[in-house]
Order: sequence, then structure tokens, then C-alpha cells
Amino acid sequence: MTAETLARWQFGITTVYHFLFVPLTIAMSMLVAILQTIWVRTGHEKYLKLTKFFGKLFLINFAMGVVTGIVQEFQFGMNWSEYSRFVGDIFGAPLALEALLAFFLESVFIGLWIFGWDRLPKKLHLATIWLAAIGTMLSAIFILAANSWMQNPVGSSFNPVTDRAEMVSLGAVLTNPVTLVTLPHVLLSAYMASGGFIMAVSGWHLAKLNSAAKAGKLTGKQTADLDAHRFATKFGAWVLLGASVGVIITGDIQGKIMTEVQPMKMAAAEALWETEDSCAGFSIFTIGSLDGTREVWSAPKVPCLLSFLATGSFDGKVEGMNQLAAEFADGRLINPDSQLQQEAQARLQQLGVADWVPNVAVTYWTFRIMMGLGFLAMAVAAFVLFTLRKGSLPRDTKAWTALMVAAPLMPLFAISFGWIFTEMGRQPFLVTGVLTTAAGVSPGVSAFEVGTTMVLYTLIYGALAVVEVGLLLKYIKIGLPEVVEPQVITDDDAPLTFAY
Amino acid sequence: MLPLELAFTTLQVVWFILIAVLWIGYLVLEGFDYGVAMLIPILGRNEKEKRVIVNTIGPVWDGNEVWLLTAGGATFAAFPAWYATLFSGLYLPLFLVLVGLIVRGVAFEYRAKHPETKWRNAFDLMASIGSFVVTLVFGVGFANFIIGLPVEALPKVTAEAQTSLFMLTPQPYFFQLFSWFGLLGGVCLVALFLFHGSLFLALKTKGEVHERAKAFSLKVGLVSIGLGAVFLVAQNLLHPTGLMGWLLLVLAALGLAAGWWFIRNDRDGLAFIGTAAAILFVAIGIFLTMWPGLGFRLPDQTFAAAGDGAVSGLNVVTAASTEGTLQIMTVAAVIFVPIVLAYQAWTYWVFRRRLSVDNIPDEEPVLAS
Repeated sequence: MTAETLARWQFGITTVYHFLFVPLTIAMSMLVAILQTIWVRTGHEKYLKLTKFFGKLFLINFAMGVVTGIVQEFQFGMNWSEYSRFVGDIFGAPLALEALLAFFLESVFIGLWIFGWDRLPKKLHLATIWLAAIGTMLSAIFILAANSWMQNPVGSSFNPVTDRAEMVSLGAVLTNPVTLVTLPHVLLSAYMASGGFIMAVSGWHLAKLNSAAKAGKLTGKQTADLDAHRFATKFGAWVLLGASVGVIITGDIQGKIMTEVQPMKMAAAEALWETEDSCAGFSIFTIGSLDGTREVWSAPKVPCLLSFLATGSFDGKVEGMNQLAAEFADGRLINPDSQLQQEAQARLQQLGVADWVPNVAVTYWTFRIMMGLGFLAMAVAAFVLFTLRKGSLPRDTKAWTALMVAAPLMPLFAISFGWIFTEMGRQPFLVTGVLTTAAGVSPGVSAFEVGTTMVLYTLIYGALAVVEVGLLLKYIKIGLPEVVEPQVITDDDAPLTFAY
Repeated sequence: MLPLELAFTTLQVVWFILIAVLWIGYLVLEGFDYGVAMLIPILGRNEKEKRVIVNTIGPVWDGNEVWLLTAGGATFAAFPAWYATLFSGLYLPLFLVLVGLIVRGVAFEYRAKHPETKWRNAFDLMASIGSFVVTLVFGVGFANFIIGLPVEALPKVTAEAQTSLFMLTPQPYFFQLFSWFGLLGGVCLVALFLFHGSLFLALKTKGEVHERAKAFSLKVGLVSIGLGAVFLVAQNLLHPTGLMGWLLLVLAALGLAAGWWFIRNDRDGLAFIGTAAAILFVAIGIFLTMWPGLGFRLPDQTFAAAGDGAVSGLNVVTAASTEGTLQIMTVAAVIFVPIVLAYQAWTYWVFRRRLSVDNIPDEEPVLAS
């Protein structure tokens, strides 16, 4: 394998792995902050228990997000140095601002929150988790602005003297239509994953406690726990359900913007080889030829749905991959409004584009798996809310446990597939219509170096995953902790209420 | 030295200095938590003592590490070609840094949640060895920035382009890093961080752990002073930066000596300030040698101007982002760096109390079972 292929695999493995922890960090921090706020407002012990319980699970996950995130920041320079040099004037700023505005906020205030229960007054301590949660959100804004610029490079020009892309308007970069719609889509999907996580963990406990109650073996603490878990299960399910609606709406808008700025990605997502002038059908299942240039067999399509998804009109025209590839090769710009694509076109032609069509099988299926898992998660949330209606409780069956195990994984994997879709669908480009993936790789780095480090990352990440999942399961099983009202300690010799 | 022909702008100078400041923030702050983490297995005689050591840095280490991420991000944003050449050129060393940061980062969190002795010992080793590896690699790295990393320009893509990507040569550039001067740099930084870390530990603890940290700092302080003197004299002889370089050497030496003298007289706070100042002056000296070539060395040392003010080679001018980007970044830095400093300082104030084994609560009952 070439260094380029290995570098792509390395980026894929480390980024997908990193992004398993990110959604729980972004949304769990906020949901824990909300739980703690309810406790501060009401003073009811059950909310403090839930805060501490989910706070602990959040922290186990947070540590992994932090350490795997460092790899991301270094990796651009290590594996994609020509990309970094070419785009640094635009792409570097959000990364630097992310560190300065978001990472400091997260890291410092998480530290204060973990260790500050007996050091800070109640309301000040509450403020620390809110600030940390805001930090995680800021981080998402900068990273998505950077990624959206790669999808649709606005606000920039090509300088032939320095031979790179340069910033023309920061405002245009930040108000990139792709950024504006991707941001709520990704943030809300994080709430799907976190809502699903809280719903599932508490839902599992709820069924256990319910069967103990029916057997008449419930202790006093367990009776209180049952009440708390009932609240948390519904809380998580509502978050999952509400966020799902938002994800669907923003996803729909994304599809229409994608048709305008990345028509090839949309065509590949549908495995649409030939242009359909109106009423294009939405394909559920299709098989392409081995060389990937034409369709062999397709299940009956949903009439006109693709036209509606792509253009908002049931008789809109949807362009196919064969026509698009021919026109792009002839010099048509992918996004006619992009100044950068216009100015860098000569350079792009000189370096050459091997194949304008992304991997259709990957693009087509990841798009469907993403949507399928997302809808499934939404249905589970609705089912859980139905089960818990009017004070009824779930029974402790194997099916219920299986559902609770699957529930948080559905949105989490939907997110992974969504990212694989959006990045694979952009191929063969790193920056759409400007810089190919092949041209962005580090020239001095050998396949041996990339391959060796990839294997080692995978081994380390695998080992950490085992420890991580073990810890999560252990703390999930322990359940809600006993809590005492936190007091600010003034005696220098008294034991801390919390320490590592 | 500074070639007069190099027509750098004010903002390019500002960002070179700001990146130096971010590195100094990282070295001074995370320097002590690397030192402390290396000392967990050495100075902690039992579980509670180890927990005292971990808890002195528990609330702050993560915030300290962000200085490194910000330095990296700022290099990417302000000098993309510097970031691209350095990170791809030093591929394997940076991989070691990443592995070190990963294993030490999870170790603190995981040790707290895995009370079994076997697990805890493993996590302590991860924290300790991870911190050691990162320190060693950065020490070797900075020594090589002083020497200058040899680069060559890659072919241009188009005829009008003035600069293109640079590459360290030969690749992979790994074993070349370990000259005697490079290795000395690595060992020096380990000794310096152990000294700095043991002083922080002495400052933040009381009772037996405090006494042991003090005794250790007196020993490692002498080692650090001796190694540091050799390194700094060699640096000034082999890669001189004039009178300024010697002045910084004297100041750094005074800082280290003050650290040793003050801890001996139980002035823990002043001792810690001593090593912090020493790190500051050493770092300034290193960044002075990196101006304007950013720690790179071209085969023919070309900084010459090409008539119209354009320059060849990889340096603070050719590596820089546009003035527009630098302006935006400057505004952000002017507003947010002071805010970050303020809330980070506040964290240290909140957790200012010294710890002893009496402050460490017993394990949570659910975990002990």
C-alpha cells in the first residue's frame, strides 16, 4: 500500500475512534450541567445523585476524548504536510482558536468541577460545569467551520506566488452555508447519543429495580433510586426524541446545500449514474458493476423522492455521476461561486485528478446506515416513552436489556457512518475542487512510517477501549452513589470529600 | 544571526514571540506535572502517599497541557510551512510524544477508578514513563532546534511560485537527532523537570511526602545545575547568540541556584519560582537561536533577498500566514490570552492548600469491595 492509502486509513481509524467520545463529551457535559442545575434549584437529593452518577460516566469518557484528540491536531502536520502548508492560512486559525478559546475553558473548568465540590460554593461550582460545557460546544463550532471549508471552500483566494490558499474573508468562512447547517446537525446528533446513553443506563436500572420491587425486596435506598432512574430514563428519551427531530430537519437542509456545492457527493450517495431530468426516485438498495461505473440491479425506487430530497421539488433535476465527471473534467467548477476553485483550477488540472467519482459503494451504504440507525434510535426513544407512560415501568426481560444496550450505540454509530459518508463523499479531494487527497499527503513520510504508527495506534486504542468499556460497565452497574450535601471545607487537615 | 535583508513584518515578529510564550507556558506549567508524575513510583512509598502526589497535580495537569496544543495550533495558523515541515519531518519523535501523552493522560483518570493494586501500579508506570518519554523527546528536539534541522526545498508546482514545501533531509530524520548535544539536551530537560516537579511537590505537600520531596530536590537539583551548566556553555560556544546568550545563561544558572538554595532553607515558594525562572531564560535562549530560521538549516544557509524583498528559504517570513490572518489571530490572542491566564491562575488559588495523607479520603466503599 502507498503512504497515501495508509495515511487515509490512519486518519479514518484515529478520527472515527476519537469521535466515539466527542458526542458524549459535547452533550453529556450540558445534560449533567442541567441535572446539577435542577438539584441546585430544587435541593432534591435524587438530582444530586444523578449528577454525580452521570458525571462520573462522563469523566471516564472525557479522558479518552482528550487524549485521542491530541493525535488529531498533530496528524495534519505529520501525515498531511502539503495539505497543511497549502491551507494553513485559513484552516490553521480555527484550530488555534479552538485551543485558545475552547480547550482551555474545558480543561480548566472540568478540573475545577471534579475537585471543587468541597472547595467552591454551590452556585460557583455549578458555573464551572456550565463553562466546561460551553467550551465543548465552542470546540465543535471551530472544528466544523474548518471541516465545512474543506467541503465548500468559501472566503478564500489562491495566491500563485506563495502557491497556497489564503483567507479573504473570515466572515465568509464562518458563515459558510455548510457550516451553518452542519453545526446544528452535529450538535443535535451528539444530544441523540447522550440522551440515548442516559435513557439506556437508567432504563436498564429501572427494569432491575422494578422486578425487585415486584418481588418485594426493595430497600429504602432502592426505592429512592427507582424514582431517580425513572426520571432520568424519561429525561434521556425526551432528549433523544427531540434531538432526532432536529437532526432530520437539518439533515434535509444539508442535502439540498450538498446538491448545490457538492453535486457529486449527492449523486454518489444515491448511486445515481445518469442524470434524471425530473422526478428522480430514491433508491433503497442497489448493486453496481465491479468497476463501479454503472448500475447492475436496483430494487424498486420510491418515486420522485430523490428529486425532493436534493432540490426541494418533486420534479427537480438531479445530475448523475457520469455526466458530472465528464463536465468537471472539461473544466466546470464544482461550486461556481467559489473564488478559490476558480483561481486554483489551472493548478488542479496541472497536478491532475485521477478519478472524479468517489467510492460509490461506501458513500451509498454509509448514507443509508446513518439514516437507518438514526431513525431506529428515534423509534426506540418513542417506544421507551410509551412503555413508561402513566407511571408504568418496564419489566426486566432479556429483550429490554438488549434494547438498552443497543439504544446508545445506534446514534453513536450513526454519527460514525455520517462522518465516513461526508469525508468519503468528498473524495478525490481534501479541499473540494481545489486540492486532491493525493496531492496533500506528506512528501517525506514513508509508507513504512505511516503503516507502523497506524498499527501501534490501533493496538493502543484497542487496549484502551477494553479498559474504557470495562470501567464504564463497572460504574454503570454500581449505580447511583450515596451522597452527602457538599460543604466547603475550611479545615486544612480535614479529609477531602473527593480526591483521586 | 539576523540577516538585515530579511524584510519581516511586525506581526510576524509578534507571532514568533507569541509562539515562544506559549511554549514557555507549556514548559513551566506542564514541566512540573511531568516531574511530579515521574516521581509517583519513586517518592510514593504507599498507596495514600501516591494519591497525595497524584492529587497535587490532579486538578491542573489537563489545563497545563493545553498550552502545548495552543502552541501547536498557533504554529499551524501563523506559520503553516513551519508546522508542516516540522511535524512531517520529525514524524517518529512526535509519534513517541503522542503515545506518551495518551498513556499518561488516561492514567490519572483510570487509577482513581481502579483501586486494585495491580491496576494502580500499572497506571502509575504509565503516568511516569509517559511523562519521561515526552520530556526526553522534547529535550532532544529543542537541542536539535538549536543545532538547526537540515531542510531542502521540494520542486515547485508552478513556475511563478516562489516557495514550496520543505522537507527534512535525509528522511526518516530520527537517529540523526541523537548527537551528543541532542542527547545532552534530553537528559538535561529530564533532570530539570524532576527538579522543578519535586519543588512543586514540596510546595504543595506537608508531612512525610514533603520531607521526601525536599530531600530529593536537593539531590536532583545538583544534577540539574551541573548538566544545565554544561549544556548552556556548549550552546553558547557552538551556536552563539552574542552577549545576550551569555546573559541568559547567567540568569538561568541563578534561577537554578536560587531553587536549590531556597528549598534548602525551606522557602518552597521562592524555590519553585527559581526553577520556573530558569526554564523561562533557557527557553528564551533557545528561541533566540531559532530566529529567523525557525530551527531549520538550509544547505547553503540562504536568507538572501531576491531584489524585490522576496526571500528564499524557510524562515519567519516565508513560513508566515498572510497579514490578514495574523491580524485576526492577534486580536483573538490579545483578548483571550489574559482571560485564560486569569482563570487558570484562579484554579491554582482554589487548590492552593498543601496536602498530606490526612487529607486523602478512604476509597469509596463500593470500590473497596
